[in-house]
Amino acid sequence: MLQTVLQIVLIIMSISLFVCFIRAIIGPTMSDRIVALDTFGINLIGFVGILMIIQETTAYAEIVLVLGILAFVGSIALAKFLERGVVFDRDNN
Amino acid sequence: MIEIIISVFALIGGLLSLLGAIGMIRFPDVYGRLHAATKSATLGVILIMTATFLFFLLYEQLFVAKVLLTILFVFLTAPLAGQMMSRSAYRTGVPLWEKSIQDDLKAKMDKDKKKVKAKS
Repeated sequence: MLQTVLQIVLIIMSISLFVCFIRAIIGPTMSDRIVALDTFGINLIGFVGILMIIQETTAYAEIVLVLGILAFVGSIALAKFLERGVVFDRDNN
Repeated sequence: MIEIIISVFALIGGLLSLLGAIGMIRFPDVYGRLHAATKSATLGVILIMTATFLFFLLYEQLFVAKVLLTILFVFLTAPLAGQMMSRSAYRTGVPLWEKSIQDDLKAKMDKDKKKVKAKS
């Protein structure tokens, strides 16, 4: 029963990943694409989490952690770049 | 019994993620999409990782602290990333939905612009 439910949840997660991907392609502005890619990263964490239960392995724990960090840093860097044109501010006043 | 608990956590988490995705494709402007995406996707992922943690704790007697660390990290960073993205969207001039009736930030931004002009 657990395996069936987990496979259903895996299909649900892949549908939501696909929808995020569609929004990242058709998004009218650049901000839409950043939001879509951030949500894509967060949903990918859940996808790999379900995969961890199905395969009964803890080998993906580090991968999940790194995915979370990369999604966060990527979104912040893209947002800063869009806002100011640079990622790091350089004025020392 | 344990099976049912883990299934319920995973199923609710998956459905919340799907709800966030539907909200992201149906809402009319960036701010609404951000509202849908950040909150429900975060809660869905937290529930799914709780299911993973419970599975390894109850079936294989393994305390996987990295999964707990992932939950904490997603819980801390998702609202922060959402706030940064909405601020950059507003500053780069992404328009609100045409049926929006309130824009409190606009008056403040105009005042700041006037202040900068008066100083220079």
